[in-house]
Amino acid sequence: MMADGHEDEEKWLAAGIAGLQQNAFYMHRALDSNNLRDALKYSAQMLSELRTSKLSPHKYYELYMRAFDELRKLEMFFKEEARRGCSVIDLYELVQHAGNILPRLYLLCTVGSVYIKSKEAPAKDVLKDLVEMCRGIQHPVRGLFLRSYLSQVSRDKLPDIGSEYEGDADTVTDAVEFVLQNFTEMNKLWVRMQHQGPAREKEKREKERSELRDLVGKNLHVLGQIEGVDLEMYKETVLPRVLEQVVNCKDEIAQFYLMDCIIQVFPDEYHLQTLDILLGACPQLQPSVDIKTVLSQLMERLSNYAASSTEVLPEFLQVEAFSKLSNAIGKVIEAQVDMPTVGVVTLYSSLLKFTLHVHPDRLDYADQVLGACVKKLAGKGKIEDNKATKQIVALLSAPLDKYNDIVTALKLSNYPHVMEYLDNETNKVMATVIIQSIMKNKTQISTAEKVEALFELIKGLIKDLDGTPDDEVDEDDFKEEQNSVARLIQMLCNDDPEEMFKIICTVRKHVLTGGPKRLLFTVPPLVFSSLKLVRQLQGQDENPFGDDTTTPKKIFQLLNQTIEALSSIPAPDLALRLYLQCAEAANDCELEPVAYEFFTQAYILYEEEISDSKAQVTALHLIIGTLQRMHVFGVENRDTLTHKATGYSAKLLKKPDQCRAVYACAHLFWVDDQENMKDGERVLICLKRALRIANAAQQMSNAARGSTGSSTLFVEILNKYLYFFEKGNPQITVASIQSLIELITNEMQSESTTPDPATDAFFASTLRYIQFQKQKGGAVGEKYEPIKA
Amino acid sequence: MVLVLALGDLHVPHRAPDLPAKFKSMLVPGKIQHIICTGNLCIKEVHDYLKTLCPDLHITRGEYDEETRYPETKTLTIGQFKLGLCHGHQVIPWGDLDSLAMLQRQLDVDILVTGHTHQFTAYKHEAGVVINPGSATGAHSSITYDVNPSFVLMDIDGLRVVVYVYELIDGEFSTIPAGRAASGAELCTMLQEVRARPHRPHEGEVGPTQCERVEPVSGCRSSLH
Repeated sequence: MMADGHEDEEKWLAAGIAGLQQNAFYMHRALDSNNLRDALKYSAQMLSELRTSKLSPHKYYELYMRAFDELRKLEMFFKEEARRGCSVIDLYELVQHAGNILPRLYLLCTVGSVYIKSKEAPAKDVLKDLVEMCRGIQHPVRGLFLRSYLSQVSRDKLPDIGSEYEGDADTVTDAVEFVLQNFTEMNKLWVRMQHQGPAREKEKREKERSELRDLVGKNLHVLGQIEGVDLEMYKETVLPRVLEQVVNCKDEIAQFYLMDCIIQVFPDEYHLQTLDILLGACPQLQPSVDIKTVLSQLMERLSNYAASSTEVLPEFLQVEAFSKLSNAIGKVIEAQVDMPTVGVVTLYSSLLKFTLHVHPDRLDYADQVLGACVKKLAGKGKIEDNKATKQIVALLSAPLDKYNDIVTALKLSNYPHVMEYLDNETNKVMATVIIQSIMKNKTQISTAEKVEALFELIKGLIKDLDGTPDDEVDEDDFKEEQNSVARLIQMLCNDDPEEMFKIICTVRKHVLTGGPKRLLFTVPPLVFSSLKLVRQLQGQDENPFGDDTTTPKKIFQLLNQTIEALSSIPAPDLALRLYLQCAEAANDCELEPVAYEFFTQAYILYEEEISDSKAQVTALHLIIGTLQRMHVFGVENRDTLTHKATGYSAKLLKKPDQCRAVYACAHLFWVDDQENMKDGERVLICLKRALRIANAAQQMSNAARGSTGSSTLFVEILNKYLYFFEKGNPQITVASIQSLIELITNEMQSESTTPDPATDAFFASTLRYIQFQKQKGGAVGEKYEPIKA
Repeated sequence: MVLVLALGDLHVPHRAPDLPAKFKSMLVPGKIQHIICTGNLCIKEVHDYLKTLCPDLHITRGEYDEETRYPETKTLTIGQFKLGLCHGHQVIPWGDLDSLAMLQRQLDVDILVTGHTHQFTAYKHEAGVVINPGSATGAHSSITYDVNPSFVLMDIDGLRVVVYVYELIDGEFSTIPAGRAASGAELCTMLQEVRARPHRPHEGEVGPTQCERVEPVSGCRSSLH
């Protein structure tokens, strides 16, 4: 059915064009032979094709354009005629003999154009006559095109200021009057279309109407281009008359389009000076008009205008643009009771952008906007409409984008209230946006008070809202958002230790509410942030006047409790690492009991929680590595801790791991730059113990696999012997090194040993090292000299 | 010419929010042929970022790495050089050169790259080199005070390697030792050229010094721009 209709239309158009071309052909011939009578006859016949009602506006336009081209030729001919002495007035009369009204009016407009040009009559009279005569066509499509033609041919002949058609009798008022009248009539025709034809074709009709809208809007363009329309005339005549038509037509499509047109066509300066009038019309529009888009456009334009030059800013203040817009928005929302939430938020979002642009110094305005928005949202509960929440995010992002500084946004008291209306998911998105803004701008949040306010904003990421953990969150998303919180914690700092301590306490208070899943991400940055503060305070004497000031001790107490919170996850590996970090920091602060406490905690975790053998190996390396660096412990404490560590080493599951941990423990008894920590004997005990384990490892391997496996452990121990030998440990003798070298050599030549090129290379490299040291000469060379490699 | 980026101990997001913007703008994809990272990234995001700079990425495991599958040590050959990689928390005492030298002998490598201390160092040892690129984010460390963000670029050309260190001091690239600042993006320090030992086994031709701190040679040339 539709396809048929379409095909038919093509056929009708083709027939129309054929008729038009045929008559145009005869018209040309008549023109060539200066036969005016025939020319008029055929042109009238040609124009009769435009009388069709069968074509859609789109196809009709095609036909119209062809006719238009032909009419240009006819107009040239009329001009020539007039030049040759034919009276234009006569011509004007003559064309009215055409039988049908539509061709007659087209011809009249064409001659009218020449008539005005000839200046034989005042332009305003001709224009008035034409615009009145066109009333004869009341069919919407035909009428719109006819008037469009009139508008087209008269455009350059309006008695505008400075135009050649301006005169005593012809003023710009006449020009404006003419265009306004044509506009009014066209709009009426256009609106009438809506009410013609069957109701079921409403959609099709609306489509057709929207195809025609530019014909109507063209008149506003013409008005906008008339030089003589100054602010005064715009304010007194043009805008009120246009708005009158817009409001009175009560047509949704026309109102939306024309309001938009007005905003686009006339200068920003005019809008600013006529805000009252323009905004006054908004609440009178049909409730279904998409007013938010219209007003948003207006505010955007005004923002850009404000940005164009600082000189225009006083104008904004003078006309109180902000309060007018703000009032208007309030009224529009009241008038359009059915306006969806998205519309409300979009309006405030645009207003906020406007005020941020125009009055960046008036933070109170921004807060007012947010406040007004909160009022309008009141009672709606969490917003569930997707588009609306997006707009809220846009609204809340605007101050961040503008100031590039969350600290400013934190001053907006209504900001968190708006966030209340976001559903949990979007709340998180917004929190992420806030964090990203902070990270992008590297904003430091430097007081506990601001940190508190910030955490209020981002609480969606900090804890489970409504107290229920959301199980549906994607694990990767969760990680990403928690990592962003971890990053954020780095930005919360102040050089003043007192304030920094407050910040840490505030952060701690919030992150500890996060539940096991989040602690894993948030505790480490908090711990390191605290350790930085410790480092800052390190070396400062305790305040003798009381315990109000921040001391490392106080921070360590807090740290202890903070790390303890990880046990709820549990995350013993992480906790152990953090305890050891704290222990080292306490060591640097010369706080032996504190350091011992942290070590104790680490040991307890090692003993009770860490059972995976690989994790044990790493944990033990960290324990030994940290302990090796500790200088704060007295003999007793140190003995306890080293004894334990050695004990753990010997209890590791795999023999090679045991062996390596035990020889690492040797370093606990020999610290280079500390004279009181050079216990050669115990070093040797460790190394011998490592050797025994290496031996046992080989035997085990022999028993289990029939070969002794590689002797790499022996080579490692040999290197440790050399290490302590070189450091001057008297217990490590040349003989012991020598016998170890022989042992390894024998091992490697033994048939039961699995050949291992890596070990061979290691051994060769070690021997080369000995050689190298020998050649060095001096004390070292002498020391090495007796060793035979 | 092959460019190798060596870095480590980023500790993102535990101790630093991200790599310094100056590093990021310098490290553009397509310029670097290999990345060797000593570990402690700590999260996948950082891994993915490094991967965008260069797909040939070698990482060993730091004690804070989220990814537990990184190996403890790794060796690879680039040009005529054998490189060894290890985070370093396993080598006790931490940062101790003699102990690292033992690891270098054990891995049988010309260049050993380790981390953990957050302090940039480069030592010539026997005829090989031990490098610690420091912390690329300048992360807090219990071992080193006042850490500056730094990383190392190695320009390996057959038998020759030139080591550059990039360090940010007060937000600006600077040379090491501080004070001899150059300008603009060319700010790096060229360390001594190290010639590869023609491949092993080889004896006798080792240099006269052991454990020599490799000193900066001159102002620099940038290999990235």
